Amino acid sequence: MITFEGVTKRYGDGTVAVDNLSLQVPTGAITVFVGPSGCGKTTSLRMINRMIDATEGRILLDDKDIRQIDPPTLRRGIGYVIQQAGLFPHRKIVDNVATVPYLLGWDKKKARARAMELLERVGLDTKLAGRYPFQLSGGQQQRVGVARALAADPPVLLMDEPFSAVDPVVRTSLQDELLRLQSELHKTIVFVTHDIDEAIKLGDTVAVLRVGGHLAQIADPSTLLAEPADDFVEGFLGKDRGIRRLSFVPAGGVAVRAERDVPGWSVVLDGDDRPLGWRAGGSTGPTDTQAAGKDGLLPFGTFDLEKDSLRAALDAALLAPSGCAIAVDGDGRFAGVVTREALDEALLRASGAAGPTGAGSHG
Amino acid sequence: MGDGEPLVRWAWIGRNWPSIQQLLVDHVIMALLPVLLGLLIALPLGLASARWRVLYQPTVGLMNVVYSLPSLAVFIVLIPVTGLAERATVIIPLTFYSLAVLIPAVVDGLEAVPDHVRQSAVAMGFGPMRRLLQVDLPIAVPVVLAGLRVATVSSISLVSVGALIGRGGLGYLFIDGWQRQFYTPIVVGIVLVVALAVLADGLLVLAQRLLTPWARARRAA
Repeated sequence: MITFEGVTKRYGDGTVAVDNLSLQVPTGAITVFVGPSGCGKTTSLRMINRMIDATEGRILLDDKDIRQIDPPTLRRGIGYVIQQAGLFPHRKIVDNVATVPYLLGWDKKKARARAMELLERVGLDTKLAGRYPFQLSGGQQQRVGVARALAADPPVLLMDEPFSAVDPVVRTSLQDELLRLQSELHKTIVFVTHDIDEAIKLGDTVAVLRVGGHLAQIADPSTLLAEPADDFVEGFLGKDRGIRRLSFVPAGGVAVRAERDVPGWSVVLDGDDRPLGWRAGGSTGPTDTQAAGKDGLLPFGTFDLEKDSLRAALDAALLAPSGCAIAVDGDGRFAGVVTREALDEALLRASGAAGPTGAGSHG
Repeated sequence: MGDGEPLVRWAWIGRNWPSIQQLLVDHVIMALLPVLLGLLIALPLGLASARWRVLYQPTVGLMNVVYSLPSLAVFIVLIPVTGLAERATVIIPLTFYSLAVLIPAVVDGLEAVPDHVRQSAVAMGFGPMRRLLQVDLPIAVPVVLAGLRVATVSSISLVSVGALIGRGGLGYLFIDGWQRQFYTPIVVGIVLVVALAVLADGLLVLAQRLLTPWARARRAA
């Protein structure tokens, strides 16, 4: 647990970067600091490992005031990932990853073995170990940066806009990778970003900061989307809050009909029970044969009943001419159909659960 | 010069080889010692200038003034102090010329360390001295070596001027040839000075490749 108690950072010229910040970063979860530039999110992050010292207030790391810990010692116990990876250009990948173990005085063999293990862990080919950073792509460098931060197995990880310098496709895969790693490692992670979508995707808790270093709101992503504390947070969250919030509502609660037919349409399956498409049946089917594929099948959408959200279910319904979503099990096998009516009911329940200022009001 | 005089009289070279060798050794010492001393002095001064930026402009300004002084004039001024035809009379000014090249090279080299690299070094728990030795200086090496190449080649060439005050290594051959209207020593002197410069530069390039494979590959990429 990291605790900020009335933390203020004021510079000599009177600029206030962080203003009386009090919050808690829970152990074993991802807490995201998000906000526009100048909101003090990076300053707040860097006060945790004393790259910047607070002017007022204190920061506790597991009930210990960090000012009582000598900075290099403190930092060796806190992993740090920076935007451009910050790899040492003159050291091979394996030695970059082994940096903190070397600083801690591990012998070279043990440090390197640990580094190789971590390269695999972050999804990198160990053949890259002998290369220099410039020989890697931006996405690979960022993975090395994550491996390096994890090398000495620190309980806390600070990540300062680590994925903002890579292209969107790579960014998505790095985000997924981080979530996968976190599900195995359960680190206490503080993640700084200016991208609210990234914050909502990664954060167990999201702290929205506004310019001048004020905490505007701290909440879990679903609550944040449903109940923004004020106009600033609402504006920062952007459009489609209602729909985006559905990502946090499991689809499991929706009523599924375990049959292949709905009025006017039926689902066609392959021999393995996997959906192939919708076929028009009965008098209400379309007369426009152009819309049908060569085998007479029309497009469809599926969602995984166990893992997907209500948003995925709604999306699946919108993709099909029948207006119904196809539910599948974990193996992609047909589980049933979900009608518009069933979806409506689930959506209504979801917005009701969001409270009085619920998702429906602006969505 | 004399009509019918061949460009090179091989027999003269054969006869005078021992003294040519001596001049060569003298030349190498007077050329390389200033570069070595210059590097030893430039490192702390460059580090200080990179650390305290206010020092940088005055230091480089002063070094540029020194660089602009004609070498012959400095040699002559030093004669009463260090003596005529003494190595030191040549070595001291050349050390200052090396400094004028090497101090900016050290500062530029340290500034070539990307900000995110320096920050991540701090964040991982490097103390100031360890960061300097293990991160900043190694990353500065390619830029410092580039400066070292310039300093070395210009030092090798400048030693010859010392011949005018009686201590110029291979430069003696130019004066000798000119006074006697005799081509051979001049040609030998030029060939050896150029060969020396090319050899020293080649060795530095080799050192650069061995010491900084990461920088070589970046150039190729």
